Amino acid sequence: MSNSAQAEIRREGETAVVYANEYLNKITGEKIERECRDKIAQGCSRLLVSFRDTEIVNSIGISILLGVIDAASGANAEVVFTDVNPDTAHLFETLGLSRHARIVTA
Amino acid sequence: MPESEQKLIHTFSALADIGQEVAHKYNFHEMIRTSFHLLLGSLAIMRGGIARYSRFGHELNFLAVRGLGDDFPVSASIDPADEREFLTAGMSAIEASQAKMLIFFQRYQPFVEKRGIELIIPMIVHDELVGLVMLGEKASGEPFNSADRAIVQAMARHIGVGIYQRNLLAELERKAEQNRRLYEEMRLTYADTVKSFAAAIDYKDKYTEGHSVRVGKYSELIAKSLGWSDERVEGVAVAGYLHDVGKLTVEKRIINSPTRINAKESAELSKHPVVGYDILLPIHHPYTDVPLAAKYHHERLDGRGYPDGLKDDQIPYIAKIVNLADSFDAMTTNRPYKARRPAHEVIEDLQRNSGKQFAPELVTAMFEGMLDELEGGSEDKSFRRLLGREYMEAEGIIPMLRNALNGINATGPLTLVASE
Ligand SMILES: [Fe+2]
Repeated sequence: MSNSAQAEIRREGETAVVYANEYLNKITGEKIERECRDKIAQGCSRLLVSFRDTEIVNSIGISILLGVIDAASGANAEVVFTDVNPDTAHLFETLGLSRHARIVTA
Repeated sequence: MPESEQKLIHTFSALADIGQEVAHKYNFHEMIRTSFHLLLGSLAIMRGGIARYSRFGHELNFLAVRGLGDDFPVSASIDPADEREFLTAGMSAIEASQAKMLIFFQRYQPFVEKRGIELIIPMIVHDELVGLVMLGEKASGEPFNSADRAIVQAMARHIGVGIYQRNLLAELERKAEQNRRLYEEMRLTYADTVKSFAAAIDYKDKYTEGHSVRVGKYSELIAKSLGWSDERVEGVAVAGYLHDVGKLTVEKRIINSPTRINAKESAELSKHPVVGYDILLPIHHPYTDVPLAAKYHHERLDGRGYPDGLKDDQIPYIAKIVNLADSFDAMTTNRPYKARRPAHEVIEDLQRNSGKQFAPELVTAMFEGMLDELEGGSEDKSFRRLLGREYMEAEGIIPMLRNALNGINATGPLTLVASE
């Protein structure tokens, strides 16, 4: 279930799954980056960011995703963006995020 | 949507948002962090930092950083030559590869190179360096083109304005604090001056040692009992301290005469209110009416006082307070020709002369203050301190005060209630 009040993150073995929701696009989205750093520190080697409940991604959201990528690259962890809608996938492509994370469209 | 158009919308939204952010965020650090995200996210820039420049310490303090590593310095000193260089460059982005001549760059080169800093943008507002933006590579791996630079420069300008506003506010707060302290110092200096004047007046009159200080305190107690604000209470106290300042010019022999003085000497002594007024008038007092209190503290409600024989509503209110305090002290202390009178006599006297010499509501206020202290309603022990415990706690004083309070007509025919 999605909850826009706080970051939703769960761990499945080596993989951490985080739901981006809408607050990715606000300063509160920094929590996602922090949680991802925590999970990597705990030994996760794969970060799965789900955009199931995310309509659009603005500049703050892009910056936070770059923070997630930065966190992962320091630990050689893989980043996957899943359930990405075509428009957002296109944006990730254009801005070059696709060079740093695997993108799986919805 | 065509690729270029989508990117353009994304980037320009960030520019619009940053303007909103700087104009409307009241929390400075949150504004900086949000702006930083907008800046990095607009072109998907992998790493960077925003630093605020302190002109006094010649140093940059980083307010937000991303991807620059844990060993990146949180503050960095800037050479005055660099500052000039940045000011010359204006708001335009400096390529890291072309910034090698900067002393700053040479000092921090290992960090700049290791972290792949590509652009350095000085933030300049009103010809003042307020900070620096450093940007690393874009996620796309493409170099910054001229459109990209225009965008990041515009965003850096917004952030610079935000920092500049914050600096102005901090400066304003510092000035206000400075003013407040200065005012406080002046107030203390004034209070000290007043007290040393009072001591000088009292020194001249060996029989009424401490008279001015006590009149100041009684005046203060009356004003407090009237429920006045601290500042006005302070003003009344000052008026009490200084009411006899004119005595400084009266011959010491006359003031200290152990017997009743003759008519000529009396005339000399009765000049002291006007002389006091002349002394106090040119001084800028933080409170109003201090000179008037000196001039009219020997006036009576019934018009039989001096120097002008003013009647009730012609007498400044503050002078009425000082008059009551002055008379009260004269009755309750030993004089060369007269012993101090017992408390019950003093209360009777004040009651009897209420409406003739004294304003009834002031006598009431004074009695109420005393009663409050005696019945433990207030923590204040001022009356007991000034008059002595035994004197104040003499038998029958409390019922007498209560009785007197019932008996005084606060709106007697001669008295207008002060419009305070
Ligand atoms: Fe006097």
